[in-house]
Amino acid sequence: MRYLIPLGIFLVLVFFLAIGLRRGDPHELPSALVDKPAPTFRLPQLKAPEQTFSNEDMRGKVWLLNVWASWCVACREEHQYLFEYQKSGVVPIYGLNYKDKREDALAWLGDLGDPYLLSAVDLDGRTGIDYGVYGAPETYVIDQSGTIRLKHVGPMTPDVWSGKILPLVQKLNRQGAAK
Amino acid sequence: MTRFRCLQILLMCLLASVVVAQVQEEEIPSDDPVIEQRLANLSKELRCLQCQNQTLADSPAGLAADLRREIRVQMKAGKTDQEIIAFLTQRYGDFILYKPRVTFTTYLLWFGPFVLLLAGLYVLFRYIRQRRDLIHEQPLSADEHRRAEELLASIPGKETT
Repeated sequence: MRYLIPLGIFLVLVFFLAIGLRRGDPHELPSALVDKPAPTFRLPQLKAPEQTFSNEDMRGKVWLLNVWASWCVACREEHQYLFEYQKSGVVPIYGLNYKDKREDALAWLGDLGDPYLLSAVDLDGRTGIDYGVYGAPETYVIDQSGTIRLKHVGPMTPDVWSGKILPLVQKLNRQGAAK
Repeated sequence: MTRFRCLQILLMCLLASVVVAQVQEEEIPSDDPVIEQRLANLSKELRCLQCQNQTLADSPAGLAADLRREIRVQMKAGKTDQEIIAFLTQRYGDFILYKPRVTFTTYLLWFGPFVLLLAGLYVLFRYIRQRRDLIHEQPLSADEHRRAEELLASIPGKETT
């Protein structure tokens, strides 16, 4: 009995510390928007400012919205991989150019290449607020019904792609085909 | 120095200036002092998502400035503080609140200290009861009383009563 009480307290402590450790990156927050309809936006396109792009245009398709900016260092790290993902043809990737200067954004794409089908321009970050963006790069997986199915914060590295994004996209595509 | 190295340094300078440009975003306070006061009170209870241990009121981050601007716009449009908090938690989740809501997952956080207090009081109560049982009086017998008198009398310099 004498030893059981401290041992019990210790085990409870270990239990809670283990939960804390297994939560992974403390910067990665549970998104409030997963399984909610993607907030509607209609924004000018980066390369064709006279045309707009809206999430409503993508109804009926599974697609990725990738939030990027030329000032975002981690976006640079992610950028090289996006070409492969886009080329695989599994899912269309659209960009949301977040709080960037048009000329900086265009120069950035000019230097590194443009993997996006197109990028929409969120100049003042207002659409970013609707999507709960707090650190670029962020990637949203949006399904046929326009529902956000996954939000990934941070670079979409090959691990993230093959471990998280690709399986989900394939599942959503299969479900869509079955309907 | 090679041309490549020059280019590298130039690029680093450029990158640095971009970072600075991001931080120094201008922020226009509202001309309505009531709104500014409400914003000051509200933003003390909200967390900046970019630098997670600062409030929205203190944070110099770009996102915090954007959110303050958004809160000003909504206050001007006549939204209540509750409506604005609902707007923000819909987008950023409960994490944006410095004062966590009372939900199933936060019961331990809110009520844990009181449970500990009660447990402590119980342990204290039991301890005091135990002490009281240990020190209860045992009156001396007549024989022991006489011996005690003798011992006291034998102390030199002391007079017996």
